[in-house]
Amino acid sequence: MLEAGFFYLFAAMSVIGGMGVVLARNTMHSVMFLIFCFFNTAGLFFLLDAEFLGIILILIYVGAVMVLFMFVIMMLEVNKAKLKEGFLQYLPVGGVIALILLIELIAASSSGVFNTETIAAVGHFGKDVNNTVEIGKVLYTQYLLGFEIAAIILLVALVGAIVLTLRTRKDAKYQNISKQVNVRKEDRLRKVRM
Amino acid sequence: MGWLDMAITAGIWALEILAIAVPVALTVAYTTYIERRVIGIMQIRKGCNRVGPFGLLQPLADGLKLFLKETIIPTNANKLLFIAAPVMALVPALVAFAVVPFGETRLFGIWDEAHVMAVAHLNVGLLYVLAIGSLSIYGVLMAGWASNSKYALIGAVRATCQMISYEISMGFALVCVLMLAGSMDLAKIVDAQAGGFWHWYIIPLFPMFLVYFISGCAESNRTPFDLVEGEAEIVAGHIVEYSGMWFATFSLAEYGAMILISLLTCILFLGGWHAPIEALDFIPGTVWLLLKAAFFIFVFIWFRATFPRYRYDQMMRLGWKIFLPWTLGWVAVLGICTYAGELNHSLQFLSDMIGFYQPWRS
Repeated sequence: MLEAGFFYLFAAMSVIGGMGVVLARNTMHSVMFLIFCFFNTAGLFFLLDAEFLGIILILIYVGAVMVLFMFVIMMLEVNKAKLKEGFLQYLPVGGVIALILLIELIAASSSGVFNTETIAAVGHFGKDVNNTVEIGKVLYTQYLLGFEIAAIILLVALVGAIVLTLRTRKDAKYQNISKQVNVRKEDRLRKVRM
Repeated sequence: MGWLDMAITAGIWALEILAIAVPVALTVAYTTYIERRVIGIMQIRKGCNRVGPFGLLQPLADGLKLFLKETIIPTNANKLLFIAAPVMALVPALVAFAVVPFGETRLFGIWDEAHVMAVAHLNVGLLYVLAIGSLSIYGVLMAGWASNSKYALIGAVRATCQMISYEISMGFALVCVLMLAGSMDLAKIVDAQAGGFWHWYIIPLFPMFLVYFISGCAESNRTPFDLVEGEAEIVAGHIVEYSGMWFATFSLAEYGAMILISLLTCILFLGGWHAPIEALDFIPGTVWLLLKAAFFIFVFIWFRATFPRYRYDQMMRLGWKIFLPWTLGWVAVLGICTYAGELNHSLQFLSDMIGFYQPWRS
């Protein structure tokens, strides 16, 4: 009973958080709603005994929101009149995407994969089953190829981001820190006999 | 489970939380006192010595003063976030203490097996601490943004960059600990280091110990990494517009983070509640843990009195160009050493050496 109560609490809060992200006028507020939503989703993972996934969700997603903050501060031009302007123009495309997602969600939930009979264990495992170890075992054996491909894609994105932003300007002066650190007294100081 | 049982459980939880939160708050108060005295001694002056004997009542007087001061909210600030920001800074700093194991107890022989003294005994405790630690940045960010002041905003942006740069190397340092202990449960990590100081992870992981402690220093925005509030450049960074109790909340969070980093350094690298040699086991484990943590708090203060503030590009260089390759290299070294014996029999001595610290392999 308690578990169901917590489920409804977390689920309702994450839906409210998700709505807040879209509906809040202030971009900062919607970022805060996003954090709130992630927290409640992590709570749902905890209820499923998936504490590793829950913590990773907080660590990675909520951590990444920090970068979103920077994005809001540095890049977004917040202009309310402009925000409303394109509403009708984007409505058909957005509506179609929302409709497709809705159909997909309904199809997935009614397909029978998520039935209580087909899921191997509905109840909780004992305390000796370590979530992290089990995920590691599957991830590095059965799904190794997919895992490695994902890693390589991330690496490519990483290198790409660096290549796009890194440029050395010839006319700017740069400090060579190791040179600065390695400086000795003899290099700078000259004793003059007067 | 009846209502009465639930009420009793809730009461026990509340007591457990109080038993952690109240000492933490007191320690924070007296850390400020110790800090002022120690820096005073190091700079050959007295430090606070007026209020009470040896100035011991100074923290209480400071608290009272801050409590009575007016909280000023700037006209153009975003009021809601301005008020929420100090709370968002403080909550992660306190919540992280939930998983810190302060020792093992049999409650004077009432329990047959030893219980770990922690509010929540998670088996992903290490990840939890890392995740909650990275949340403390949101208080700073919100404070910087909501204040509607350019100094505060620059402070917040700096804090973000600092957090991103140092969190990565901190995470890799923790991965090294994981590879030795084979568990993310903080109590199991401590148990893996039982049996004298030659079992402590500071020996095989000495560089990682340095990286972790220095990154912790950077994460809690202590000198020499306090560019976030560098008063020469950006006045006080994110706390420029705060006064009274809300200002105090920020420093409470900062000192709380400092104590947490000290405790975790002891738990991860210095054997937690285990005595350095078994002959000293008659002193309770919790005392050992707190003594070791107290030493690291002293080191934090020592740093502050010794080092000048880093220049911004120097700090970034340290995080990305020195710590990150160093930690990555150490992860690789540990991994290769662990399985070297299986690849080539002549390298078995490497596996044996590292296996001494890896209880999960035997």
